[in-house]
Amino acid sequence: MLCTRSVPRFLGQLRYLLKNSARAEVRYASHYKYYEDKSKPSNGETARINMYNAITEAMDYTLQKDPSAILFGEDVAFGGVFRCSVGLQKKYGPDRVFNTPLCEQGIAGFAIGAAVAGATAIAEIQFADYIFPAFDQIVNEAAKYRYRSGGQFDCGKLTIRTPCSAVGHGALYHSQSPEAYFAHTPGLKVVIPRGALKAKGLLLSCINDKDPCIFLEPKILYRGAVEEVPIEPYEIPLGQAEVVIPGNQVTLIGWGTQVHVLCEVAEMAQEKHNISCEVIDLCTILPWDEDTVYKSASKTGRVIVAHEAPLTGGFGAEIAASIQENCFLSLEAPVRRVTGFDTPFPHIFEPFYIPDKWRCLDAVVDIVRY
Amino acid sequence: MFSRITSSLALAAKKSPKLKISSIQQTLYFSSESPAIVSRAQQEWVYRMDVNGQESTTPIPAYRVMDEQGCVIDPSQEPKIEVEKLLKMYKSMVLLNTMDKILYESQRQGRISFYMTSFGEEATHLGSAAALNNDDLVYAQYRECGVLVWRGFGLDNLMNQCYGNKLDLGKGKQMPCHFGSKDINFVTISSPLTTQLPQAVGSAYAYKRAKSNKCVICYFGDGAASEGDAHAAFNFSATLECPIIFFCRNNGYAISTPTKEQYRGDGIAGRGAAYGIKAVRVDGNDILAVYNATAAAREYCLGQNKPVIIEAMTYRAGHHSTSDDSTAYRNIEEVKLWQQEDNPITRTFKYLANKKIWDESAQVDFEKEVKSQVLESFARAEKVKKPVWSEMFTEVYHDMPKHLRNQMKSLRGHLDRNPQQYPLENFT
Repeated sequence: MLCTRSVPRFLGQLRYLLKNSARAEVRYASHYKYYEDKSKPSNGETARINMYNAITEAMDYTLQKDPSAILFGEDVAFGGVFRCSVGLQKKYGPDRVFNTPLCEQGIAGFAIGAAVAGATAIAEIQFADYIFPAFDQIVNEAAKYRYRSGGQFDCGKLTIRTPCSAVGHGALYHSQSPEAYFAHTPGLKVVIPRGALKAKGLLLSCINDKDPCIFLEPKILYRGAVEEVPIEPYEIPLGQAEVVIPGNQVTLIGWGTQVHVLCEVAEMAQEKHNISCEVIDLCTILPWDEDTVYKSASKTGRVIVAHEAPLTGGFGAEIAASIQENCFLSLEAPVRRVTGFDTPFPHIFEPFYIPDKWRCLDAVVDIVRY
Repeated sequence: MFSRITSSLALAAKKSPKLKISSIQQTLYFSSESPAIVSRAQQEWVYRMDVNGQESTTPIPAYRVMDEQGCVIDPSQEPKIEVEKLLKMYKSMVLLNTMDKILYESQRQGRISFYMTSFGEEATHLGSAAALNNDDLVYAQYRECGVLVWRGFGLDNLMNQCYGNKLDLGKGKQMPCHFGSKDINFVTISSPLTTQLPQAVGSAYAYKRAKSNKCVICYFGDGAASEGDAHAAFNFSATLECPIIFFCRNNGYAISTPTKEQYRGDGIAGRGAAYGIKAVRVDGNDILAVYNATAAAREYCLGQNKPVIIEAMTYRAGHHSTSDDSTAYRNIEEVKLWQQEDNPITRTFKYLANKKIWDESAQVDFEKEVKSQVLESFARAEKVKKPVWSEMFTEVYHDMPKHLRNQMKSLRGHLDRNPQQYPLENFT
């Protein structure tokens, strides 16, 4: 049954691949096509830069304007393994941009303490996969600092930056998307940009925010996300989603790299199936923008949430349950989740693991036929 | 091989004289930190395999100023503390002890939910607190209540926290004994052990950069020192050169676990050299020794921007907490011995009596006075209502996010419909 059903689909996909051979090549290099961010967070001059440059600019500005600001982690002094802090130690000195010993719980604890004493602390965890040794410091300490002291002490001046998500060959420990673990922790803010422009504005918001923030940077976008970014500093509000592509039949919700996958899915759905999709970039995982999501869900009546992280306990579950609770009468179909599978993130099987545009497109077609 | 390395380290240590602190005349030395071996080029070589080097190290001796009879052993070591301050240190110990007895009993009567006494460790609190400036930042574990007493936190604040009433600075959110006060620079205590150590290092780093001339002291127990965060903190403090005093209360037990199941090296002070941190071991029941060591450590860490470890050897004379019966794992005779033969309060009393600045009759009067102060404060705190229930939702974030406002609203509606099901009358 399964075989006979999947043959026509496979042939359809093969035809599509052959017809779009240029895109098919892209498919094997990476699983997404980059959609430039055309929003204008400020009216000033812009320059065409990639995401790691945008992150460097945000940190450069912070170090320049805030003498208490420090930037630290493993290997940040020489510029970082992803080049995000290039030139900053030279510009601001080794007491402000420095390497720490190789110990994530130490980095997080040290960062909390610096923030408690009034410093703006920007800590880097080299890969999000290695944030778990710092989980106790983040969940039990950073998140609860203000609450447990009755507001006497806080570590709001803390931001933890960390590269996350699929990169093509990162396997188990260079591919994880751990946002759902942190979304279950009151007191934290969790933010993921989808490109250079968002990265700069959201990172500056995180740094200036009065609560501890975890800033997850999809590492595949560091070089891949190139677009016009304002030269001057600007902030993009936390807790606010963005409707990237408006539509009226299906709402597609994602964050990070997945937003680009969903943009392409929306194009394909329109071209191939004449289905109009609305694409939403959630931007902030915690606290998330319920209003924008419910408004879209109520309009389209059909929602698909897509994320790279595994299905069970993923943040898609939170969104789906909330939509069902708040938009029940508007829904025309059950909310669908297209996600990574409930396995560790594999090496050679990555193309089969990730919720790519084909799996998402399948879901769009299914949900419209429901 | 290792013994040769050890001897070459000893040689190197001889070449660079041990650190001497000017405020103490003679014998208090910090152990020498090891000369750092940072690369192959600086490595010496030996040509005989020997794995016994580690065991041949002599344990670090404990520094002591007075004996169990309160007699100063080496007069040059007697700190010059003015009488008023000495008496304040002593009285704070007695007050802490009195409060512990009363609050312990009140937990037994079910009037507060939990308590942890400081029996036997009073000298570590007051000796160290008195040697610091009050604007030095304190990170504590949970058994350092005397530091709060010293800094003037006040009985009412202590009682209000234990009751979680609406006057509690922490707004009733944490268990009893999780004190904190911004005003007296005492960072709010949390239950997860050792998390405060790397945090204290971060604060010390920020203080150094701000040129504040303030140091950070971080208290923890011998059990907590086994957590990964202790390793992180020691190593970060050394490599990032932070003005911090790590103060370990080595009281022999972590709940039921004796130190021989906690570590096999030379205690906590013995770890200093491995991190390049100077360390000193003191008699934790000798308030003068603790005072001298802390004063010297403060001078050193602020002068050099480097960390120090103080390991105060003491004994947990009470149960771990009100949820623990320590007779299940240790001999009552052992406890009695410490309570009677080597009690820090008794020792300080004898010292003060020897100096003729305190006596039995003053003691009786003071105990009476303190007991009534504690009982009055206790009764006051018991009568105060708990904070309004909606406080449960505040301070999760700086500003309350919409989803939390909605949750608060939904609870309000529920309480309006079902007021009789909840203890609303106890709350404001």
